[in-house]
This record gives sequence, structure tokens and C-alpha cells, in this order.
Amino acid sequence: MEDSRRQFLKVAGTAAVGLSAAPAISAVAASGGHGAQPHVRKGADALTAKQWGLVIDTTKLDHEKIERIVEACHKTHNVPDISAEKVGEKTAVRHEIKWIWETHFHNAFTDQPSKYISEEVEERPFLVLCNHCEEPPCVQACPTEATFKRPDGIVIMDFHRCIGCRFCMAACPYGSRSFNLRDPRPFIKETNLAFPTRTKGVVEKCNFCAERLAVGKPPACVEASEGAIIFGDLEDPHSEIREVLREHHTIRRKASLGTGPAVYYII
Amino acid sequence: MLEYAIKGDKKYYGWIAVLLGLIGVGFGFYLWQLKFGLGITGLSRDVSWGFYIAQLTYMVGVAAGGVMVVMPYYLHDYKAFGRITILGEFLAIASLIVCMLSVVVDLGQPMRLFNVIIHFSPHSMLFYDMIVLNGYLFLNLVIGWNVLQAERNGTHYPKWVTPLIYLSIPFAISIHTVTAFLYCGLPGRHFWLTAILAPRFLASAFAAGPALLVLLSLIIRKVSNFDPGREQIQTLAKIITYALIANLFFFGCEIFVAFYSNIPGHMDHIKYLFVGMHGHGVLVPWMWTSMALMVLALILLIPPITRHNESVLAVACVMLFIGAWIDKGLGLISAGFVPNPLHEVNEYMPTFPEVMITIGVYAIGALVLTILYKVTIGVKEEVRA
Repeated sequence: MEDSRRQFLKVAGTAAVGLSAAPAISAVAASGGHGAQPHVRKGADALTAKQWGLVIDTTKLDHEKIERIVEACHKTHNVPDISAEKVGEKTAVRHEIKWIWETHFHNAFTDQPSKYISEEVEERPFLVLCNHCEEPPCVQACPTEATFKRPDGIVIMDFHRCIGCRFCMAACPYGSRSFNLRDPRPFIKETNLAFPTRTKGVVEKCNFCAERLAVGKPPACVEASEGAIIFGDLEDPHSEIREVLREHHTIRRKASLGTGPAVYYII
Repeated sequence: MLEYAIKGDKKYYGWIAVLLGLIGVGFGFYLWQLKFGLGITGLSRDVSWGFYIAQLTYMVGVAAGGVMVVMPYYLHDYKAFGRITILGEFLAIASLIVCMLSVVVDLGQPMRLFNVIIHFSPHSMLFYDMIVLNGYLFLNLVIGWNVLQAERNGTHYPKWVTPLIYLSIPFAISIHTVTAFLYCGLPGRHFWLTAILAPRFLASAFAAGPALLVLLSLIIRKVSNFDPGREQIQTLAKIITYALIANLFFFGCEIFVAFYSNIPGHMDHIKYLFVGMHGHGVLVPWMWTSMALMVLALILLIPPITRHNESVLAVACVMLFIGAWIDKGLGLISAGFVPNPLHEVNEYMPTFPEVMITIGVYAIGALVLTILYKVTIGVKEEVRA
């Protein structure tokens, strides 16, 4: 008994010495000339905002345009095409990955059902994607800060930190998140080397093309939409997007939940 | 005291071998899941949590149920439970191990598990769930072991254990409350978005946990010389009865609010569970079975004449345990995701590998429980001799 206690004290003492030396060691390491904190500089052309947002003018969209938009987004971001031909119909539905996709009015706006909806709106295709909420429930749910909100309002993910618990998917009221139930790489037709591919077991979703904004380019969906999608800073009253919002009546998906979606729809 | 765990007859070793076999098979399937990804399960983009997380939810309840023997003994000085508190505490340990393993097998990137600690985020309910589950496990280990050791030595357990025992009571409540908070704080999931979810969880926990304890007590009486006691079992039966009544009452409240208010978002998931939706309803027969089992169990539990009959009581406990398992372990989690946020119906059913991995996880829990109970029985028999 006495022996083991002495042993313990010895080990504890050594550890204490080690710990007290730690600051000195790190001080020496810091003075090594590399600078204290890593610093990310903004590119000269980078587009910046306080809260990025989108206005989707649904009157200007049709199936072909939407197909081009979805393709542009998915190609840019190496979103796999886990199609029915390759894995069978049932598996394709379960394993699907999508960042932006087409749906109907009643699916996009489940809380605004109209019994006697106009035929034209019922037929009209609607684009849905991550809403980059002002108060994102997915960020609140994430246990590792793998999903976080940037100062410019973009809700973004660190694919390398995600543990794949899928709490964010349960938290998202818009179904905007996908989970890699299998290795996605064999399902990417052409890999875009400018953007990372993902591994199995992590969640992914729209990132508002943060990587394109950083080099002065608009989001891929905006570029492919030929004017049907407007992007800009929602907090800047002089921005184009605010001008559009002043001129048109818009609605947001499930705004009553208080998440503050930053994607607006002109109906 | 662990030496008791290696002194057993053929039957004991046979049982251990069966469990090890199941663990081995489950582990094999888990290796497959690690290699392929969670795609070998029935999970999907829409139903992103399923069988694994449901087992966490159910077994957290069983673990919390252990407090139903701890509280009467330590807080209310109900002496009779002194014989079985240790059984409740050790059951909690085994259940918690099942819970934690269920979370681990559910992770897409299990090797990044410790990110939860390295990058801890106090705004996430999962962070608190980790704390309370580990805390409760630790408390039960320390308390159970010390109390049992004291019993073996014929002494009183050390004084410093007492505050831990008191602390374990709110911890038991908290594990199930926080687990309910994982679900009921999410804005878009109307099925879970109800303040009664945590109370409902607790009620079903205080029914299912003690029901399992009654069954285990009856088994222990059969296979060993230690009798947990008739009075003890009968008191547990009363606790189970009240808890089951509360559970069904809370469920009734849920039904009333959803259907009297007539708000579609609140009714949809319940409709999906009990009558199906858009022609989809794999869970319908399960849910009616669950309700029937729980109501039948209650009918057997309320009249003293049936409750006092231990064979009938055992049947009621089995029915209740299975009924509550279907309700929580099958219906509650996946139904929260059906219909999905865009009102589409994509159903979920666990796949064979998923079930085998779950059985493996339960087998690990059963192995831990077997060893802990073997030690307990060994001590109790020795003290009596």
C-alpha cells in the first residue's frame, strides 16, 4: 500500500513538473518565427456581406433551367449521382445526396397549403436548398461545431470534423442535409479538383459557394440561373437583393418556426 | 470480488459462450458497416436516425428505471429494497453500456468520436447527454461496487458514498430528460415537439425498467440460492402499475392535443404510425400490437389478485417490456422522420445487418449484466452462509 502510494506521488510529481514547463516550451515554440496564430487573408476580389441571401424568382424558372442549375451546383461541388441504374431504385432513394433540387409548391411550402391553388403555380417547379438561416437549428444541434455560421451568414460545414451523428439532419426543418451512407467517390462523374470530395459517414449540404465568393465569383446556381436567382447582402439596405425585396412580395419556407431563412421566393 | 464471476457451473459458462458468440457475430457485421458505411442499414436521407438511436432511447429508460429501487431505499428508508438496490444499480450500468455502444455504432465516423470532447459545444444537447450518461454510469459503478463490498465485509459502506447516492437520483432523472431534449427541442419535427416528451419518457422508463428488474429477480431466484424477495417484487409491481398508467395517460394527452386541435402537422406522424399515410404503413401492425400489449399488461397489473400471482405478473412484465420497446425502440424515432420535412413519405425498417449489430450490442450489455449479477449473487450467498 505504502509503496504504491509513493509510486503514485512520484508519477504525479513528474507530471506536475512537466505541466509547469509546458508554457515555457510553447513560448519557445511560438518564438520560432512562424507567428502566433494562423491568419486567413481575404482575397483581393472576395465578395463579402453580413448576411448572404438569395431571392428566387420562381416565375422565371422552368424544368430545363432548374436542371441546368442543379447540375452546375452538383458538378462544382462533387455531389455524387447515386442513380437507380447503378444501385437500384430503392437504394438510390435512400442513399441520395443533393444540395439543391426541384420540388412542388406544396412540398416546399408545407405550412401554406392552398386548397384551391392556381393551376399554374401547382405545375410550376420550385427550387429548394439550404436556407442559411439566421438562427440555424443545425448549428445549435451539432456537438462538434462541424457545422457553424460564418460572420457573413453562411452556414457551412467542416467535413473533416463531422462525426456523422446526424443530429443536424434531425434539426433541419427543410430536409436540406444529406448523409454519405456510402463512399460517394465512385459516383462522381468528373471530379472538380478545386473542391474537396467527401468520405463516407459525413453529412453535407449547400455552402452558398463560399469557395467561389472568396475569389469574387457568384454562387454557381446564381450564375446558371440567367437572372432568375439574385444573391446579395440582406443586411445592406442598398444592395440589389434588398431592392428586389422592396419591389416584390416574397415568402420564405416555414418562416413561422423562427429560423430566419435567408432564401426568399417570388411567387 | 470479481473472482465470483469466474466460478460458475456449466450452464453459466454455456450462457457466457452464447453471449460471446452473439457479440462475435454482431462485431463481424459491424466491421462490414465500418467498411461500407451506414448504407447497409435501412437508414436514408429522410429517416436519418433509426434502430440504433431508438435503442439508446429505450435503454436510457431502463437505466433510469433503476432509480425506482434506489429512491425508496435511500430516501424513504424502505428497508425491503435493501436486498435489491444493487440489482437496480448494476442493471443501470449494463443498460448504459448498451446506450453508449448504440450511439457509437450509429456514428458515420466513429474514429472521430472524441471530437465531441475536443470541440465540445455546450449548445448541443448531445454534449449534455454525453455528460449525464457517463456521469450516471460512473456513479452507479462507484456506488454499486462500494455498497456490495461493504455488504461482503459486513460493514457499512464508506461515508463518502452517501452524497454520491443522493446525486445519482437526479442523475437518473436527468439521463432520460436530456435524452428527450435531444428530440423535443427541434423546431421542424412536430411529432417530438411536445413538452410532455420528457415526462412520457420517464413514465415509460419507470414502467419498463422495474419490469425488467422483476423478470431478472424471478430468474435469479430460479438459478441461484439468493431470493430477491416476494415483498420486493410486489412493491416493484405496484411501481410498474402506476408508471404504466402515467405512461398511457401521457400518451392519451398527446392524442387529445393533436386531434382536438386538428392541426395537421401534429396529427400526421400519429396517423402514419396507427393508420398509415399515402398507402405506407409498415409500422401500423407493430404500433397496435404495442398498444394492445401495454393495455393488456395494465389489465393484469391493476387487480391485486392477478398482480399478486407471480406467474401472471411475469407475463404482464414481459408484455409491458415488449410493448414499451415497440413504442420507443421502433415507432418513436423513425416516425418523427415520416413524413419528411417536405411531406414526402419514405419509410424505414431496420435491415438484417442492422438488427445483428444491435443484437451484438445487447449481448455486450447482457454479458456485463451477467458478470455483475454473478458477483452480486456470489456475495449475497456468501454473506448468508
